[in-house]
Amino acid sequence: MAKNINLTIDGINVTVDEGTTILEAARNLNIHIPTLCYHEDLCVAGNCRVCVVEQEKVKNLPASCATPAAEGMVIHTNSMKVRMARKHIVELLLSEHNADCTKCYKNGNCELQGLASQMLTGDHLFLDLVPDKKYTIDMFNTAIIKDDSRCIRCQRCVRTCEELQSVSALGVAYKGNKMKISTFFEHSLFEVVCTNCGQCVNRCPTGALIERNYIDQVWDAIYDPNKHVVVQTAPAVRVALGEALGMATGKIVTGKMVAALRRLGFDSVLDTDFTADLTIIEEGHELLSRLKRALVDKDPTVALPMATSCSPGWIKFIEHTFPEYLPNLSTCKSPQQMFGALAKTYYTQKRKLDPKNVVSVSIMPCTAKKFEANRPEMRSSGYKDVDYVLTTRELGIMIKQAGLDFEELPEEKFDSFMGSSSGAAVIFGSTGGVMEAALRTAYEVVTGREVPFDGLNIVPVRGTEGEVREASIKIEKVLPEWSFLEGVELKCAVANGLAHAKTVMQNVRDGKANYHFIEVMACPGGCLGGGGQPIPTNKEIRNKRKMAIYEEDMGMPVRKSHENPEIAEIYKDFLEKPLGHKSHELLHTHYTPRKRY
Amino acid sequence: MSEQTLKRVDLIFGEYSNEKYKVLASTLERTNEDILKDILESGLRGRGGAGFPTAMKWKFTAETPSDERYVVCNADEGEPGTFKDREILLRVPRKVFSGMAICGRVIGAKKGLMYLRGEYKFMVPELMKELDSYHEHAKQLGLDFTIEIRMGSGAYICGEESALFESMEGGRGEPRNKPPYPTTSGFMKKPTVINNVETFVNVLMIMRLGPDQYKKLGTTDSRGSKVFSVSGDTPIPGIYELELGMSLDRFVDEFGDGDTKAVQVGGASGFCVPRKKFKDTVIGFEGVPTGGSMMIFNSSRSMYNVLHNYLEFFEEESCGQCTPCRVGCQQLLKGIVAVKKGEKKAVYLEQLMKLSESMKITAKCGLGQSVANSFSSIVNNFKEEMIY
Repeated sequence: MAKNINLTIDGINVTVDEGTTILEAARNLNIHIPTLCYHEDLCVAGNCRVCVVEQEKVKNLPASCATPAAEGMVIHTNSMKVRMARKHIVELLLSEHNADCTKCYKNGNCELQGLASQMLTGDHLFLDLVPDKKYTIDMFNTAIIKDDSRCIRCQRCVRTCEELQSVSALGVAYKGNKMKISTFFEHSLFEVVCTNCGQCVNRCPTGALIERNYIDQVWDAIYDPNKHVVVQTAPAVRVALGEALGMATGKIVTGKMVAALRRLGFDSVLDTDFTADLTIIEEGHELLSRLKRALVDKDPTVALPMATSCSPGWIKFIEHTFPEYLPNLSTCKSPQQMFGALAKTYYTQKRKLDPKNVVSVSIMPCTAKKFEANRPEMRSSGYKDVDYVLTTRELGIMIKQAGLDFEELPEEKFDSFMGSSSGAAVIFGSTGGVMEAALRTAYEVVTGREVPFDGLNIVPVRGTEGEVREASIKIEKVLPEWSFLEGVELKCAVANGLAHAKTVMQNVRDGKANYHFIEVMACPGGCLGGGGQPIPTNKEIRNKRKMAIYEEDMGMPVRKSHENPEIAEIYKDFLEKPLGHKSHELLHTHYTPRKRY
Repeated sequence: MSEQTLKRVDLIFGEYSNEKYKVLASTLERTNEDILKDILESGLRGRGGAGFPTAMKWKFTAETPSDERYVVCNADEGEPGTFKDREILLRVPRKVFSGMAICGRVIGAKKGLMYLRGEYKFMVPELMKELDSYHEHAKQLGLDFTIEIRMGSGAYICGEESALFESMEGGRGEPRNKPPYPTTSGFMKKPTVINNVETFVNVLMIMRLGPDQYKKLGTTDSRGSKVFSVSGDTPIPGIYELELGMSLDRFVDEFGDGDTKAVQVGGASGFCVPRKKFKDTVIGFEGVPTGGSMMIFNSSRSMYNVLHNYLEFFEEESCGQCTPCRVGCQQLLKGIVAVKKGEKKAVYLEQLMKLSESMKITAKCGLGQSVANSFSSIVNNFKEEMIY
């Protein structure tokens, strides 16, 4: 039991546990103290000083986010002194900030702008420092744009990159008036260890870190009568898009999203979940074939554990950090890229379209997908497989631009073909989902029976934020052709957030872990917490999205990838067999070792 | 005449005892409680400038439960106009190491670190020689306390204790949130005593003289003597050990050139005292405290230029982490320039005064909090020089 601390905030007596900060204590009382550098997911920095409060008998104003409540404290959150100091601080931030709000991508969704309007800053108190600054904008990256002129140096991005992702692509450089957030040798984000995961974008309070948006290019394609524009939507988008359009967190909006996309003018509204199911078939067979090579053929070159390859942030991370483990990655492309390759081959063949006139767009909860789509190897259809990647946020903007009343839209269904999916594909959006989906299929392939879990819910592999989930499943009474797997304990690990992925890989490298199969999603909570998802984000929001994803899975008539009828069809009509020649050509890829510096 | 008014002291730079580490040896024979009692009794306050009672700092650190504790000597002497630690380390390093060793014994630390200003690299060979001798004697005395030198890299902010720890730990020199204070979480997040170079020497002096003798120097609030770095418009710049509690006019009588207009007490982060206030200003913790820097300006000096210089210094030397300090310093500097050029009305100085007040109460560390000291004391006392 933590010790109780009694204090008074704005005249209200309150008792909190020892270690509670003044800010948290105030929030318990529904007293709102403004903050900027503070973020629930990150360690306390206490550097913006916006959250200062007055403490009786103390000369200085403590930062409420960084000061633990102490016995007998008397705190005022809105005294004359506090108001003056807070206004000064916001004015100082504005004086260093390129406050050209109407030109900013975050206009209307900026925490600094919100504070400025709260404080009625009006005519600025201080001199404008921006003209003398030589701010740079890093526009080289295909996924993330970093605009120093909008940076308020709160270091949320730095803490995100280091604590949540253990990437540390972003850091602080210089001091005093020249202090800035920068990268190794001030290279572009394109040239450093950045994984494009976009977690910094999710947490940037201003428009200093944003995704590179492709909204106009997509509108142009839609309005071009010669183009046939197909759109695919990732599983995690449908449980978060509502947030971007004013709906409550954790609402499943699949049907409305489809309706909206149709009204925006996409020629065909399809589902990444279809290729998620396809990924399971390919990746499941890949795992079984690696196990067979290891157990039956005793092939010493087979790379185990096998790791999932759906998360492009994770791919770039392992390319930089553990390049010696690239053979362990599944060679399967991510569902987005499988879809892209099929959209300009299988889809065009069936629809009798010329692939050069097809524009393929994907809606992703992710910024790294933008980078992935631009990888040189992602052109196996002979064209760029995915032309434009939009984040959930960008789709939200397009829906607003089109003037659609999203909440009032009817629920519509995806087009077919390449539009049907299973519950197993839906859960790709959450940590542990790929693992669970793969097990639902692989277990059945090997034993002829469903996985022995109530309602097909393999709860032990469902990941939890902030930890590495380990599980093992015993394979028994197998079908004759899989006899080599009889009695094998399939050992799995599930990690979300790159910091935990790093732990798993270090354990593998150091021989401390003996896994067969590893699932990694680069973002906290998996894709539902992706870098392209609506802002703000925190654990509670991500949890609600997660619950929605599993609810969507439970409501699907088909729960297993191999039972998706369109999957059977594509193998019959086009791909022939899993890991077959066509699959290798279109659905599998290779990776590039990269340096740390 | 000056002999009557100013008491020069020769404790700090006094000759070593003829036997190496003699005072250390005799001190180690005493109990920790006994040693602490003497330091408390002596009234010693930190010589870095903030003046925290040394005995309390040691006591709090010793009382914090921990498997490890550290003693850190802050030798990152960076305050403009301060150069006394340099002299101490060049002339009497043995006294500094002895003081650190006593501290180590009292608080139960096995490791001491000296964070040496980057520009003082030239003295490392000599210090290492003395350290070898110290370690030899410590071994003979059965004292398990080693001392290591760590180099700074030239950032002013790393003289701030928590930024200093960050720097020593290999991080970026940025101050931490307080609480926790170093006494509970310092170097490597362990309880740490961090004292100025001169403070450690004072401890040794107290051990040698006893608190009663030591207390005879100075005033109730400011016991002992202090090494001053005297610079500026003075015919006799240099290092002087003087009794604390003297009035500024006596100081100016001694060191001024007859035309002294103002004295900046405590460096860029200290206070500017104009001629009319010399008489009523006491140098010490009850009046204007100083880490040692005394800069004398005569009437040929423009106080605008002086302030401009300080603000340029702060603008560059802020770590840049917290808003009030990073942006506040830029605004103060650009602000006085704008007023001087007539781009802003003189009344804008009032706005800047309010801003400096906000900086004083909201900045994360002592640097940002103390910019207002020189700013407000110069602007208030020499407003016409800011405008015309």
